[in-house]
Amino acid sequence: MYKYDQYDQAIVDERVAQFRDQTRRFLAGELTEDEFRPLRLQNGLYIQKHAPMLRVAIPYGHLSTRQLRALAEIARKYDRGYAHFTTRQNIQFNWPKLEAVPDLLADLAQVEMHAIQTSGNCIRNTTSDQFAGIAHDELIDPRPYAELIRQWSTFHPEFAYLPRKFKIAVNGAVEDRAGTMFHDIGVHAVRDAAGEVGFRILVGGGLGRTPILGHVVREFLPRQHLFSYLDAVLRVYNRFGRRDNMYKARIKILVKELGLARFTAEVEAEWVNLKDGASTLTQVEIDRVATFFVDPAYADLPAISAEFEKHQLENKAFARWVSRNVFGHKQAGYAAVTLSLKKTGIAPGDATDAQLDAVADLADRVSFGEVRISHEQNLILADVKKSDLFAVWQKAKEIGFATPNIGLLTDIIACPGGDFCSLANAKSIPVAEAIQRRFDDLDYLFDIGDIAINISGCMNACGHHHVGHIGILGVDKHGAEFYQVTIGGSQGLNASLGKVIGPSFAQDEMADVVEKLIATYVELRFEDEHFLDTAKRVGIEPFKARVYDKRAGHAATEAAIV
Amino acid sequence: MLLRRPQLSEVRYIIRDGEVVADDWQVVPAIAEGAAAHLPDGKLIVPLNVWLAQTDALTERKQSIGIWLDSNQDAADIAQVVNSFAVVAVNFPKFADGRGYSIATLLRSRYGYKGELRAIGDVLRDQLFYMHRVGFNAFSVRADKDLHDALKALKDFSVTYQGSVDQPLPLFKRRRVPELV
Repeated sequence: MYKYDQYDQAIVDERVAQFRDQTRRFLAGELTEDEFRPLRLQNGLYIQKHAPMLRVAIPYGHLSTRQLRALAEIARKYDRGYAHFTTRQNIQFNWPKLEAVPDLLADLAQVEMHAIQTSGNCIRNTTSDQFAGIAHDELIDPRPYAELIRQWSTFHPEFAYLPRKFKIAVNGAVEDRAGTMFHDIGVHAVRDAAGEVGFRILVGGGLGRTPILGHVVREFLPRQHLFSYLDAVLRVYNRFGRRDNMYKARIKILVKELGLARFTAEVEAEWVNLKDGASTLTQVEIDRVATFFVDPAYADLPAISAEFEKHQLENKAFARWVSRNVFGHKQAGYAAVTLSLKKTGIAPGDATDAQLDAVADLADRVSFGEVRISHEQNLILADVKKSDLFAVWQKAKEIGFATPNIGLLTDIIACPGGDFCSLANAKSIPVAEAIQRRFDDLDYLFDIGDIAINISGCMNACGHHHVGHIGILGVDKHGAEFYQVTIGGSQGLNASLGKVIGPSFAQDEMADVVEKLIATYVELRFEDEHFLDTAKRVGIEPFKARVYDKRAGHAATEAAIV
Repeated sequence: MLLRRPQLSEVRYIIRDGEVVADDWQVVPAIAEGAAAHLPDGKLIVPLNVWLAQTDALTERKQSIGIWLDSNQDAADIAQVVNSFAVVAVNFPKFADGRGYSIATLLRSRYGYKGELRAIGDVLRDQLFYMHRVGFNAFSVRADKDLHDALKALKDFSVTYQGSVDQPLPLFKRRRVPELV
């Protein structure tokens, strides 16, 4: 993984000093709240319901075990012994004291980490595919480019005060596991007719209040022009994006208001002036950064591990875990393991300091000392020998991260919601828990199969509810917490936005509602058809009928009988 | 702490080229479209629309002339004549309005402006480093703030990744990579 040199280290160290002084001046009354707010936000610091919340970047989801242990130590030292992994490859601490944040940042800087631009109206942490570098369907490893974008965007002087936040995701594979359709800019590796790998550039995707899929503004961008093209897009946005209404300030609104053709023309006209300029990437630099992402020293192993096969035959629980939590690997004899942070009763994405330390120990033993974070809020051991999987499963059970539910109904994606977040209209965590408790029969869960439930506590959509196969959105109804339900949303190359099924529900109805949606699917599905496909095939009506109107359902049945 | 400024003096202070200096330019406020601007004697920084409306009169004045752009105005409008101004100022109506950074970048890197580029308006210490990077060399820091304190911000960082006006080459074209042995 990427290692800082003296330049990278100087930048994070100087950031700590800068923020220490800004915090001091704020506490001394030299900076007003309004003056301090953008400064603290650009360092990931929110003032929340109970205490400040600090969001720390995990660029493109990669962590060394040294960093993971440092995060565990921070959870102990500054927080209440736990941390929360977000849907954008960040980690959040919910209880640090404002005065202590500069020290916390200094601790992070010691392990080459930071909270730079994890919030605020600036270019945010760059995200990527959690299976980068090990996936079968990869055109190029996206991580060097994600790291290059991290550097380009860090303290970019022209784009530090944008109209609104700005998120970039990079995908290097055929399948899109980075959600590039839902980012302000999606950078997607593609091959041109000549076989050259470059980038397709999507602009203006996003969730939030106005969910929109990204538009292609350039079908093929040669890789060396990445920065000049990003500069062109950002400059058009910085100059012309709306600043009069924060709800209409994202780039997706600019693209919509100008129209794709005019927006693209503006970007291309800007790019003509920047192309081939000083920011043009050199092969030397691409190669320098790429050397940090070479394969680890894999052992030469047979594709099949007899021991692994035997354990699966003998142990049904292990086999189940393998079927959900173990993923194929490009290297023979290896696999990637997803540690589930979705155990019933635990807030999705939460981990304790002891769990983080235990995962670090495990990763040191079996996965080259590295851990990854997925946007589904789980942890990944990316390079595990198949012959180690049984031992990894046993250890993961001890840690509490072996729930065999990756991609199943209980692998719920949820924001912290109204329990912690001051923006939220409604709570997310109790809804997730109620659903997980309702679906406590593992056989039924496996029978239901692949399904994504996403819960957001408000329109900001941190839980990505629009792209949940079942999406749940917290809304405020005359001061009470209600939940709007969508179905049919999805991520990936054929991404779609969910459709609202009807009026919203009270919190204590939600487990019933999900149960009815699932029962409808189970009745209507073809053999081996996933929830999403059934929902797309039959539309929302049957689901709606079941959830809202029992009597209408009965009447229909009676009519059929007569 | 600085001494209180003499009450009767017109002297204002700004940061220019890394120093706190007295400044004798007057910024003429924006006027409504169609209204005539009152142009006092002395060195004036006039708004874009005043300059466009009274180009001839302003050109004939003996004193040198400056112009200021608001954050929603287009630097391209003065591209042809930009180096005829002794000062070009860019207004930050609110410090969080970042359009001025693009205006400055364009003035310097595309339109070749060489003279004094001054940030005016809601100009605060914690944005100065970025402003300096995109080509501002003068800062009319908001009147209630300490200029000497603001000056410190120019040294916030010793390293920058991306190219900008102050250093067009990105770090990757300057980085000293350890020699291969």
